[in-house]
Amino acid sequence: MNIIVCIKQVPDAKDVRLDPKTNTMAREGVESIMNPFDRHAVEEGVRLKEKHGGTVTVISMGPPQAEAVLREAVSCGADEAVLVSDRAFAGADTWATTYTLGKAIEKLGQFDLILCGKQAIDGDTAQVGPGLAKRLNIPYVSYVRKITGFENGALQLHRLMDDGYDEVEIPLPGLLTVVKEINEPRVPSLKGKMKAKGLSIKSLNAEDIDADVESLGLPGSTTQVVKVFAPEFKGERAMLEGTVDEQVAQLINKLEPYL
Amino acid sequence: MDYFLTEEQQMIVDIARQITDEKIIPQRAELDEKEEFATDILNDIAQADLYGLYIPEEYGGFGGGCFEIVLALEQFGRGCVAIATSFAASALGAYPILLSGSEEMKQKYMPDVASGKKRAAFALTEANAGSDASGIQTTAVLDGDEWVLNGTKQWITNAGEAQIYSVVAITDKSKGARGASMFVVEDTDPGFSCGPKEKKMGIRASATCELIFKDCRIPKDRLIGRQGLGFIIVMKTLDLSRPGIAVLGVGLGQAALDESVTYAKQRVQFGKPIISFQAIQHMLADMAIQLEASRALVYAAAKHIAEHPKDMSKASSMCKVFATDMAMKVTTDAVQVLAGYGYMREYPVEKMMRDAKILQIYEGTNQIQRNVIGQELNKEYT
Amino acid sequence: MLRIDIETCIGCGVCEEECTFGAIEVIDGVAVVNEKCTLCGSCVDSCEVEALSIEKKEKAIQADLDEWSGIMIYAEFRHAKVAPVSFELLGIGRQLADQQKVPLSAVLLGSGLGDAAKDLIAYGADKVFQVDDPSLECFTDEIYGNILEDLALEQKPEVILAGATAIGRSFIPSVATSLATGLTADCTQLAIREDDGVLLQTRPAFGGNIMATIECPHTRPQMATVRPRVMKAAECDPDRSGEIIDYQPQPERLQSRVKVLRNVLEEQDQVNITEGETIVAGGRGLDNEKGFELIKQLADAMGGAVGASRAAVDSEWIAYPHQVGQTGKTVNPKLYIACGISGAIQHVVGMQSSETIVAINRDSDAPIFDVATYGIVGDLFEVVPKLIEKIKERRG
Repeated sequence: MNIIVCIKQVPDAKDVRLDPKTNTMAREGVESIMNPFDRHAVEEGVRLKEKHGGTVTVISMGPPQAEAVLREAVSCGADEAVLVSDRAFAGADTWATTYTLGKAIEKLGQFDLILCGKQAIDGDTAQVGPGLAKRLNIPYVSYVRKITGFENGALQLHRLMDDGYDEVEIPLPGLLTVVKEINEPRVPSLKGKMKAKGLSIKSLNAEDIDADVESLGLPGSTTQVVKVFAPEFKGERAMLEGTVDEQVAQLINKLEPYL
Repeated sequence: MDYFLTEEQQMIVDIARQITDEKIIPQRAELDEKEEFATDILNDIAQADLYGLYIPEEYGGFGGGCFEIVLALEQFGRGCVAIATSFAASALGAYPILLSGSEEMKQKYMPDVASGKKRAAFALTEANAGSDASGIQTTAVLDGDEWVLNGTKQWITNAGEAQIYSVVAITDKSKGARGASMFVVEDTDPGFSCGPKEKKMGIRASATCELIFKDCRIPKDRLIGRQGLGFIIVMKTLDLSRPGIAVLGVGLGQAALDESVTYAKQRVQFGKPIISFQAIQHMLADMAIQLEASRALVYAAAKHIAEHPKDMSKASSMCKVFATDMAMKVTTDAVQVLAGYGYMREYPVEKMMRDAKILQIYEGTNQIQRNVIGQELNKEYT
Repeated sequence: MLRIDIETCIGCGVCEEECTFGAIEVIDGVAVVNEKCTLCGSCVDSCEVEALSIEKKEKAIQADLDEWSGIMIYAEFRHAKVAPVSFELLGIGRQLADQQKVPLSAVLLGSGLGDAAKDLIAYGADKVFQVDDPSLECFTDEIYGNILEDLALEQKPEVILAGATAIGRSFIPSVATSLATGLTADCTQLAIREDDGVLLQTRPAFGGNIMATIECPHTRPQMATVRPRVMKAAECDPDRSGEIIDYQPQPERLQSRVKVLRNVLEEQDQVNITEGETIVAGGRGLDNEKGFELIKQLADAMGGAVGASRAAVDSEWIAYPHQVGQTGKTVNPKLYIACGISGAIQHVVGMQSSETIVAINRDSDAPIFDVATYGIVGDLFEVVPKLIEKIKERRG
């Protein structure tokens, strides 16, 4: 099974805070990590390869420092790594990203399966997986919790729904986005780390992927950010006084954003 | 302090640290409570290529030396001494084969140990032979093409969980110290069984049982090296493995110090965090000093031993005594810093204190170690 | 590319303050941009001497932009019911439609729809496009996506909204890609910009630590998935009238390569409380297991997870995975409501970094009030039921 796993380097979101007074994202001490959901996607790809043979290629669209997560994936069992990098990609929304990744994947040759993490913890949109499948005109299933079988050229799996799960079958080639519950990602192996260290990572720029410049980066995006701000920060502290009814009414008022 | 590790050594530390943080620490309390062997975690260690760290490459290992193993064990010790012991004991069981086994023997057993497929154990101690190892009474008699073993070993780590046992038995009583030999016994050999798990004060997730040999028959080629080499192999094995035990003390001490400082910063009494009181600060300072000194000594000893010098015993014994005595003191102090909370099983330090004690006892008590050091000093000064 | 006109730049540093990403700094009296720049444009707007600009090629606006009119919502229907989020979509949809003075339509897909379309009209839809077909019995991305795409191209709504549910977040991105248009996921606020009628879509990013407002200016439809339980549900008016249209898709559009074999319903056990946005926690003050039920009810009303202090767990009113504190879990949700919890340090260390903390306790000296954002000194058996009632009212 030839498997491609799309991964992303992201800031560790839980540490990212916007200081509402300066409207700045505190970046010191915020590590860059592999998007946690992508760790699960890589692990699932490696397990499928171990079971059915084949190769796992990890691909990432990002700046040069994104190489670090590609190497991390190799140290955990991926075989090849491809970086898709070009200044022209900057500012891309998910539309431009799926265009770019789609073009890059076309250059990689035949594949049976593409795996993505459910969402990236910086954007949180969960849009790239389905969008990419559409670009490549392959079927997809998102929120995959378990792969139960591989028969007749199709994968049998459980897809998480809000009220339980669906048992679903997808013919290959296809794309899956996976949730955390699918597996426990392995820790890098020593041999893996050494392989990752010495691995030559293929880097593709806009020209290499025959991309149409108009479709890349910020100019190629269909959405753009109008503004960024801190969530309602209540620096206040208040004891709510009065009768029970009054206290509750005040509380409901204060909790508006959460309701 | 920076010990200027090579890139490869840093990789080992990073992987071991990740395993400790992601797998060992979350499970240690439960495994201790249930006295459950950490099979899954040992498999994770194997999958990360660390199980065979000390095994030469030609047998599927990483070919690392004493220092590399010490680096990995320090992290595991920080997580849980029981789990780290299970790993270290497997190395202990494999060393005799690596040191003195024939090529065929190494080819037969080492690849499976390197891959984590099989675990090993080291069987020397008996009810009447602890520090006085020469007092062992298990015998091995050659009968045709087989050795027949009879006797009982006591308190063997990994018993019941290992498949490969390096066993010391008397082959010629008349020869005294030269009358013992070492053998490989496999878990499936007839006449070999394990007793029930012992209930211990600490390292409860480590499996410790009796080994019972009742007319246990093993093929002739299971003799490790030559007859009469038994105690020599034991000495060499223990010299090599002692830094690994010493560094468990360092890891444990680090964990205890971490808990103590974190707690002292948080716990407010008399209107201030207790770390602002000199009594506590001085305790923490002394803990930190002893910990770092132990680390430096263990690292130095490990690097010395990695060069396979003629004289390893003194360095090996010194680092074992110092680091394990330190661990006992530091963990006891940690419980004291956490005071009432430290005594409660809900907090991790009481387990650390319970675990620390064995480090001063196994692999040669610290009293025996001091004997060794004394004797070495005597030899050095002519 | 962010362009800095170094002649015009006066090195005042306003842009540096404005930049959320730390991507621009004043060095030697002039602004310098680094690789952290995301081209969001906040600095451009803030520069008082107009020294900053983002080189933007005048993007081709979709040719038929002006023909797109109307608000369309995807009404989720599963297991014979209209999902609650659909009524929330009708609520916000109505607001947007009224502002733009355009009709509000709903798309209803499923098998055995019964009178669901009538309900949608009662809750505010002017038109309902329904497709009742066995192939829609189980949700498939492809078939649902095909139909919504076809309807969009036919009806040309300026805005399409769907719930950010497992279903919505799964197939809407594929529809947006087919329609070559922009999609913003998981919106918590939607508004129409006065001067040009463009939809402003506000959503959390970085796990909710940052809010971003997004627009889709050059293409139509503007698509957004909406976070459930955030928007106010529409009011029901059974006398409302509207049009129900039985839409007929082309047969080939009812094909899916992915096959659904079985639906399995599962009890959602919110045992992993560390992932929740809202946690309602109970302590000794709940008195007994029955009292603890209140906590579960409040948690349900808020769509949150249930937490507990050690006292509650030790009393066996709830299982250990719900324990918050030194020897339980550490959580940092957006909202933590502590009921009947004294606030001993062992509990507080597990939740003190929650964004907003509400404490309800009858003891005014309880240390929990030292960390609470809002405190109510009172009898929780009076306060909590009232709170639940009011929340349910608000939710509609």
